[in-house]
Amino acid sequence: MKPTKILLATTALVAATGAANADGHMANEMTLVSWGGAYQASQVKAYVEPYLAMHPEVKVIWDESSAEATAKMRAMTEAGNVTWDLVDATASDAMRMCDEGLIEELDHDAVLAAAPDGTSASEDFGDLIVSDCFVPQIVYSTTFGYRTDMVGDTAPTSVCAIFDTDAYPGKRALQKRPIDNMEWALFCDGVAKDDIYDTLSTDEGVAQALAKLDTIKSDVVWWTAGAETPQLLADGEVVFGSTFNGRLFSAIAEQDQPIGMLWDMQSYDLDGWVVPAGLSEDRKARVMDFLKFATDTQRLADQAKFISYGPARASSAPLVGMHATLGIDMAPHMPTDPANATNVHVYDYEWWADNRDDLDAKFQAWLAK
Amino acid sequence: MSDATTDAATGGPVLAADGTPLKRSLARALRRQKWRALMLIAPLLTFILLTFILPVADMLFRSVENSIVEETLPRTVVALADWDADSGELPSEAVFAAMAADLKEAATAKTHTKVGGRLNYESPGISSLFRKTGRKAKKFDLEAGGPWKEALIDINDGWGEHENWRTILTYSSTYTAGYYLNAIDMQVGTNGAEMRPEDERIYMKLLKRTLWMSCLITFACIALGYPVAWLLANLPMRTANVLMILVLLPFWTSLLVRTSAWKILLQQQGVINDVLVWIGLVADENRLVMINNQFGTIVAMTHILLPFMILPMYSVMQTIPPTYLRAAKSLGATNWTAFWRVYFPQTIPGIGAGSILVFILAIGYYITPALVGGTKGTFISNEIARHISSSLNWGLGAALGAILLVVVLGLYWAYDKIVGIDNVKLG
Repeated sequence: MKPTKILLATTALVAATGAANADGHMANEMTLVSWGGAYQASQVKAYVEPYLAMHPEVKVIWDESSAEATAKMRAMTEAGNVTWDLVDATASDAMRMCDEGLIEELDHDAVLAAAPDGTSASEDFGDLIVSDCFVPQIVYSTTFGYRTDMVGDTAPTSVCAIFDTDAYPGKRALQKRPIDNMEWALFCDGVAKDDIYDTLSTDEGVAQALAKLDTIKSDVVWWTAGAETPQLLADGEVVFGSTFNGRLFSAIAEQDQPIGMLWDMQSYDLDGWVVPAGLSEDRKARVMDFLKFATDTQRLADQAKFISYGPARASSAPLVGMHATLGIDMAPHMPTDPANATNVHVYDYEWWADNRDDLDAKFQAWLAK
Repeated sequence: MSDATTDAATGGPVLAADGTPLKRSLARALRRQKWRALMLIAPLLTFILLTFILPVADMLFRSVENSIVEETLPRTVVALADWDADSGELPSEAVFAAMAADLKEAATAKTHTKVGGRLNYESPGISSLFRKTGRKAKKFDLEAGGPWKEALIDINDGWGEHENWRTILTYSSTYTAGYYLNAIDMQVGTNGAEMRPEDERIYMKLLKRTLWMSCLITFACIALGYPVAWLLANLPMRTANVLMILVLLPFWTSLLVRTSAWKILLQQQGVINDVLVWIGLVADENRLVMINNQFGTIVAMTHILLPFMILPMYSVMQTIPPTYLRAAKSLGATNWTAFWRVYFPQTIPGIGAGSILVFILAIGYYITPALVGGTKGTFISNEIARHISSSLNWGLGAALGAILLVVVLGLYWAYDKIVGIDNVKLG
């Protein structure tokens, strides 16, 4: 046999064993895509380990590529070789991939488990199903943390403290994108919460938001990765910093940093699963089986033991308990906790899907000025 | 030479042993040799062609390709061709009917959102116009559902907006210069190409900044690397080896680790500021800002690219016999004259090789500027990366990449003309 033939034969053999499976319907290998870090660890503990305990024949491969999920999905689809089976993505990325036809539209009631009391999945998830392709998993928020030892005697209670450099001198860390920052700027410039997107739809509104951001531009450190803000806060480089609430939770609760939470005008966002379009039958069968298990009421509640993100199902909320290792009650650390949610900003997916390119261009030009 | 003389002497072609003309026989032998050589490099050639040249060409092709509009909305594109965009009136009922038919077909095939996303790059809002209309388009009754002008505007006001139709008309051709115009801060306006509004111009500024800062980094590398390379070439072997390890060690360390290390050193609560405050050079409340600006990018990138400058310079300097310098001095040259007139000119090929390496690497850098550059120290490659991975406007990313490629090739050509590429040596 020629070397190439041997190679081909072994590849075929490996492919065949990969495709062959215990019950004849499901693939035994599954590539999950997530964000890495503490968040992925919470998924491993809450969903994957229990699932593997029930299905020891399954092998799970992780790919920490969620940050570039849309770009990679598009590239893989164009190449006709999608190697991912289930992808963790933010709601806005999911909408984009759904628009491009890269991911599967799902009938939520047919593929997801109902709540223990019989409520259908679509009702249990409610409004959080922002796209037909999207299975919500967690509610997280982008919000501010502050150095408790650098704000003097009066701890900030309003998001507008960010723009008050007299009362709170020092640097602030903001995400290097227009989303959230523009809304906070308008809100603190006196625009009513309900009018924010109407205002932002006009050129004057954009100019107004950028003018407000201009007042602190020289004091801002722009971040791109969620881990930067906790680091900057821990080093005392910044007084305030926006990031995902789970990152702040671990800096405060797990690493004991002198950081306080500023929940005012926290910006809710969603993260969940999407299924790539055009999977082979056996792979799809496995993914759907896992997806149904991983998004049931108990599993979503379990995840909150490891990370302070709110479960996306209404029926999971009462089941949220103690942190798995620290033994603290997790409910008060959830973005959805009533005490934290007195003034929240609800991010408008549809609006941003339409205007993101335009505002990105203006925002980047403003940054470079 | 002897062939030529016999050729001239006999007046006929020289024949080989088998009677064929020598020239042809030689050519055949050489051709066979060339083929053998080609076969030897064939695996590498195919590899490079398949994994490098083709993908790059395919990506660059996207900067002009625009067939999606024509393919998804074929009837509308034909019907819209007669519409006069400057008439101030909406297109005729026929265009609307064509759009309804196209939308119905596209929504069934789920391609309507794709074309919406494409057009949204040019005119914000079209994305949701297509998405929202698409939901109802599957149920359109093309026979009895008209008149479509009212029906579509009724579903979404966007269909009554003149600007949206103009965008569809402008971007209905198979190929577009739109991405390139965008990449040089221009757009297709009512009267052809025009500059973008002041608050959206960014790419030319970034390109200039990229070139300028890459030059600065290259010169910083020459200034810092030259003495080190000289030491490496002239110290006794044992010391030179230790020094060489010191040069190579950072070279083997991960790029991210080195960049993060600079963050720790340069930040306001960082090591350098702490030391300056401690020795009293800087007041505690006036700590220096050395990161998240151009300074941070230049320092970090100079450090990261330094080995690429030192190594070629070192290998060239190693070939320069020390006797030349001694000879110059024995003939009465001062230290400076001996260096400047005798030694330095011989090191220019090394400086040239190092400079080309460093400059071309610097121009395409994006991780380090993204981490330590803040807003003033980022490069054009950061925008390319953003368009490829997050905004997904691959056409624009490709156009920016193509422009960068042309600029680099142009500079390479200029370098060849001024310095001469034969004058570059890696050792």
